Amino acid sequence: MDYLPFEQPIADLEAEIHDLESQQDESAEAVELLRQKKSELARITDEIYSQLTPWQTVLVARHKNRPHTIDYLSLVFDEFVELHGDKFFGDDRAMRTGFAKLDDRKVLVIGHQKGRNYKERTENFFGCAHPEGYRKAMSKMRLAAKYGLPVICLIDTPGAYPGIGAEERGQAQVIAENMYEMSRLETPIVCVVIGEGGSGGALGIGVGDRVAMMQHSYYSVISPEGCAGILWKNAEFAEKAAEALKFTSKNLKRLGIVDEVIPEPRGGAHRDHHMTASRLKQFLGKSLKNLCDMPTDELLNQRYEKFRQIGVFLEETSQEETSLAD
Amino acid sequence: MRCPDCSKAIFRKEADKRQGICPECGYHLYVSAKNRVEQMLDAGTFEEWDGDLRPADPLEFKDKKPYAKRLVAEQKRTGLSDAALTGTGMIRARRVAVGITDSAFIMGSMGSVVGERLTRLIERATEQDLPLIIVSGSGGGARMHEGILSLMQMAKVSAALARYDQAGGLYISVLTHPTMGGVAASFALLGDVVFAEPKALIGFAGPRTIKATIRLELPEGFQTSEFLLKHGYIDRIVRRPNLKSEIARTIDYCGK
Repeated sequence: MDYLPFEQPIADLEAEIHDLESQQDESAEAVELLRQKKSELARITDEIYSQLTPWQTVLVARHKNRPHTIDYLSLVFDEFVELHGDKFFGDDRAMRTGFAKLDDRKVLVIGHQKGRNYKERTENFFGCAHPEGYRKAMSKMRLAAKYGLPVICLIDTPGAYPGIGAEERGQAQVIAENMYEMSRLETPIVCVVIGEGGSGGALGIGVGDRVAMMQHSYYSVISPEGCAGILWKNAEFAEKAAEALKFTSKNLKRLGIVDEVIPEPRGGAHRDHHMTASRLKQFLGKSLKNLCDMPTDELLNQRYEKFRQIGVFLEETSQEETSLAD
Repeated sequence: MRCPDCSKAIFRKEADKRQGICPECGYHLYVSAKNRVEQMLDAGTFEEWDGDLRPADPLEFKDKKPYAKRLVAEQKRTGLSDAALTGTGMIRARRVAVGITDSAFIMGSMGSVVGERLTRLIERATEQDLPLIIVSGSGGGARMHEGILSLMQMAKVSAALARYDQAGGLYISVLTHPTMGGVAASFALLGDVVFAEPKALIGFAGPRTIKATIRLELPEGFQTSEFLLKHGYIDRIVRRPNLKSEIARTIDYCGK
């Protein structure tokens, strides 16, 4: 287990429990002690995870054992048939796309993929997609709309890739076009932030009929490090920036940006991939059931209104705060 | 003042007489949204829309300075209520819907007011079947101080543009120095026709971010209008004195 700095009490207790278990002492006292320690562990884990700071949430969202898109592809779906390439420039490994089966329902899945070891992470540019990734996503979404498959987008990126090639191939252009086309794509779209919802890189596959977040994910206009660098002139203020940006699932639910927060198992998604996946699956099934029966006009109108109402400002005539997001 | 391009000492007044163009080298300096209205629209035809919208501070955001205080200071300094001015007016006797972002107001960044003003502008252009002109100038992209609400304005404005497109509207986007981040990655690059002023910085990620990521020197002229033209992302580079007639001509070609 890789423990995060604030998980030290959990690490200590788990080490104690491990020791007790390895002694194989079956006396009533030892059994009772073990029982006590385990319930203490549950209590402390719940306590720590119920009051994560925004910065700690970022660390959990980036945890290297956190389930990624390819983990969900095997745990949530019965089959995944990868479709590669944007038919224009290349096959971006930071973005995975393909047919999948959610129980009996045929769907198209799109997801950022970070990679777990160094080799994978380098190949996937740490989950930062290039323009070809966004173009690939759009071309597969068009395919899905043509054949009536709903689209599921799993968002997990620090941001779209910042590089020379990315700019040369139109990073800003493809993100803009994806939002534009997704807003009118004639098939249901469900988006879930599973880890990091990094800015335009997230939103480039983030316009949908339902938008949800895993409990300990975050979704932000800018990374906390980026924000600290600009506003505090020093990336070391990332923790402060994380507080200020109010980007946790709880905040986003309150602001009316996400429809649902999917609860994670005790101690975060990285401690139990199976349970996390089954909760995600339940959410996807429920959402698609509602959306797939809806006439297309109604679906698109609702999608438009969903984003149309976002924004908080004052109208001077009334001097009242118009919180259209509520 | 010194021209940021040729570094020669110039008089701001001399530049202002030339629509904010450096008298020495022809570089396009910053012009405010209000001056842009005067330059681009027929005299006295501009009518502002949604000028009564005011920014709020929904996150109670605070960096070195509270956002609420920053807003007041920026409003005082620029005479604007937020970074976008929208409305209707005439360009060579053709009625248009026009939006201008002012890069002086918190880097021309897009928060809820900019997003809402532009969305209402696009919706009215759709209803009234008007050509739409948006002049972008934003070094900031989506405004950090309004967090996720700013990010979502990108989707909101883009969705409104998609509906406008579906209704057959003509959207001419004009990119000025600088057009970056979430502004570039939403309405600025979605024009049916995209113009850019010469030597404007246009792109998704800031040059410093890119440099820090790839640890290589950036090529000469990277992310300029000329670079984007070469790579196929803009239709024409248009000098400021020609902007008005280029817009009018495009409207005529598209039969609006």
